Amino acid sequence: MRKFVTLASTLALTGAINLAHAGEVEVLHWWTSGGEAKSVGVLKQMLETQGHTWKDFAVAGGGGESAMTVLKTRAISGNPPAAAQIKGHDIQEWADLGFLTNLNDVAAAEKWDQVVPAVVTKVMKFNGDYVAVPVNVHRVNWLWANPAVFEKAGAKLPTTMDEFFVAADKLKAAGIIPLAHGGQAWQDATVFEAVALDILGSEDYNKAFVEHDDAVLSSDKMVDVFATFQKMRNYIDSDSPGRDWNIATGMVINGQAAMQIMGDWAKGEFIAAGKVPGKDFVCLPAPGTDGQFTFNIDSFAMFQLSNADNVKAQKALAKTILTPEFQEVFNLNKGSIPVRTDMDMSKFDSCALDSMATFKASNESGDLVPSMAHGLATTGYVQGAIYDVVTNFFNDPNGDPKQAVTKLARVVKAAK
Amino acid sequence: MFNILQKWLPKIILSPSIFLVTVCIYGYVAWTGYLSLTHSRFLPNFKWAGLLQYQKLMENDRWLTSCINLLVFGVLFIVISIVLGTLLAILLDQNIRQEGAIRTIYLYPMALSFIVTGTAWKWILNPGLGLEKMMHDWGWSSFKFDWIVSNEMSVYTLVIAAVWQSSGFVMAMFLAGLRGIDSSIVKAAQIDGASMPTIYWKIILPCLRPVFFSAVIITSHIAIKSFDLVTALTSGGPGYSSDLPALFMYTHAFTRGQMGLGAASAMMMLAGVLAILVPYLYSELRNREQ
Repeated sequence: MRKFVTLASTLALTGAINLAHAGEVEVLHWWTSGGEAKSVGVLKQMLETQGHTWKDFAVAGGGGESAMTVLKTRAISGNPPAAAQIKGHDIQEWADLGFLTNLNDVAAAEKWDQVVPAVVTKVMKFNGDYVAVPVNVHRVNWLWANPAVFEKAGAKLPTTMDEFFVAADKLKAAGIIPLAHGGQAWQDATVFEAVALDILGSEDYNKAFVEHDDAVLSSDKMVDVFATFQKMRNYIDSDSPGRDWNIATGMVINGQAAMQIMGDWAKGEFIAAGKVPGKDFVCLPAPGTDGQFTFNIDSFAMFQLSNADNVKAQKALAKTILTPEFQEVFNLNKGSIPVRTDMDMSKFDSCALDSMATFKASNESGDLVPSMAHGLATTGYVQGAIYDVVTNFFNDPNGDPKQAVTKLARVVKAAK
Repeated sequence: MFNILQKWLPKIILSPSIFLVTVCIYGYVAWTGYLSLTHSRFLPNFKWAGLLQYQKLMENDRWLTSCINLLVFGVLFIVISIVLGTLLAILLDQNIRQEGAIRTIYLYPMALSFIVTGTAWKWILNPGLGLEKMMHDWGWSSFKFDWIVSNEMSVYTLVIAAVWQSSGFVMAMFLAGLRGIDSSIVKAAQIDGASMPTIYWKIILPCLRPVFFSAVIITSHIAIKSFDLVTALTSGGPGYSSDLPALFMYTHAFTRGQMGLGAASAMMMLAGVLAILVPYLYSELRNREQ
C-alpha cells in the first residue's frame, strides 16, 4: 500500500512537472503523401526533443477543402488547433476575424525580417504583425521538358513564347503531344498565369492580379494574353479535361508528351520515377519568363490559444519551422526551396539551385510576383471569379479573347 | 388517468421527431435564408445586405449555366429513366424464365453509389481510355464519342450515367405496381378482344398513376440534389460547362468562402424544388380526395 502511494504520487508529480514545462501543439495539415509525411515526421521529432507533444490533425485530400470546413467549425466553437496549414490571402481573412495570435516576439528573436524576403513576410503579416510562419517557396512558372523527345523531333528547348510555338509545331508533326496538361480550373489558371507573366511583364501582372487595375485588366495586352493562351490549346491532347496534374507529368516522364507548365512540385514526380534532373528531364522558366518568379508559399497560421503551456509549445513550433535544419530537410523532400535566403544549398539539385538564384535575384529586381492561380495574389473571391472566366474560355473552342477580357474585368470588379 | 395518457401519448411519442425535423430541416432552411441576406463571406456574419447576394447570383454566368444544365439534365434524366424503366418493367412482366435473376441484374446499379457510377463512367467515356479507344483498337478508327471532353456535350454524359443507374430502380417500382393490378381486369379485356398493347396503354398504365407520381418525385429530387455524380464524373467541367446548382453551392459556400452567395443559391434551389413539387402535390392530392 505504501509502495502504491509513493508510486502514485511520483506519477502525479512527474505528470505535474511535465505539465509545467511542456505543452501540446495540435497541427492541422494535409501533407499525407510519402515525402510530405516524412517531412512532417521530422518536425514532430524536433518538437519532441524540445519536450513538447505533437498532436497530429492530418486531413487527407490534396487541396484541404474538407480540412478547412473542420477548421472553421472548431474555430467558431472556440477550440482551434495551435497551427493550421493556411495559405496566402486566407491568412488575412482569418487574422481579420481575430482568430490568429501575434508572433512578433519569436520573429524578433529569430530575426525573421532579416532572413526572409519582404515579399514573403508581407503575406505572413496582418497589419504589420506576424500571424503565420512560411514553410517553403514554390516557383510556379516552370516548364518541365523531356529532352530525349525534343531530340527525336529535332526541336529546340523554348525560351520565349515564339520558340515555344515553333518547337510545339515540330513536336506535333513528329506525333508527340507538345504540352501535357490537366484540364482542371487551377491547372488552366496556372498556364494562363505563366502566359500573362510573359506578355504583361511583372509590373502589369501585379497591377492586374494584385491591385485589380481596371485599365490593365481590360487592356489590349490582356486580349493578347487570352489569344496566346487559346493558341496553346492546339498543342494539348483532347483528353485533358479532368486529368490530374501528376498524370500529365507522367506523360512527360514516359515521353508521350514533351512539356508541362507546372510548379516545382512536379519535380517530385520525376524524382520518384528515378529520373535525373538535367539528363532525363530539364527545368526551364516558363516561356518568356526568365528571371521572373511566380511564388507559391505554404505556411502555418497560428491560432490564439488560452493554455499558457500550449502557447509556449506553439511558439517553439513557429521557431522550429524556420530553423535552417528543418528548412533543409523539408524542402529536400517537398521539391521546393527554403524561405530563408541565408541557407547552405549544397544538398539541393540543379533545379532548386536555379530556383533559389532566381528567387533572390527577382526579389531585388521586382520580378518576384505572387501566384494568382495558387491564392497568393488575391482573395479567394477574386481568384474564383478569374478561374471561372479562364477555364470557361479555355474549354470553349469558339472562345473570343476580346469577350473574355471584358468578362474578366467585369467579374473582378464584382468580386473585389 | 388512462384517458389522459391516451390523449397525450401520441403527442409525447411524436414530439422528439417533430422537434428534430423542425430544428434540423426548417430551422436550418430559415438560417440559410437569413444568411443569404447578409454579407457572409468566409464565416457567417450578420451585416445586412438585402438582396445583394441574389443580384450577384443572377449576374453570375456560372450560375446561369448551372441552372440551364439542371433543366436539361433533369428533364432528360426523368423522362428517359421513367420511359426506360416502364418498358423494362412491362417486358419483364411477361412471365419469363429467370425473372428474378434478370431483375437483380437491372436493379443492381442502384446498389452502387453515384460516386462509383461517376468514376466508372468517367473511364468508360474518356476518349483516351474507354469506349472510343476500344473501338479504335478494334479497327473502327472513325468512331468518335468524346462528349465528356466537349464543353457542349458534357452535360449529356451526366444523363447517360444517371439513367444507367436509376432506370433499374424505376423498373422495380413499376414492376411492383404491375403486380398489384388485378389480373381479372386484364382477363376481362382479353375476353373482349383487346390486344396486349392496347390493354397496357388503355388500362394498365392509367392504373399506375400513383407509381408515376412516386417515380417523378424520387427522380426529380435525385436530379436536383445531384452532386456526387457530377463531382465524380466531370467535376463540372470542361470549364464549368457541366456545372449543376448543388456543385455551385458547395464550391462557393465552402471552398471560395462566399457563404452568402452559396446560401442564396441554396435558396434558389429550394425555390426550384417547391415550384415543381407544390403544384404537382396539390393536384395529385386533391384528385385523390375527390
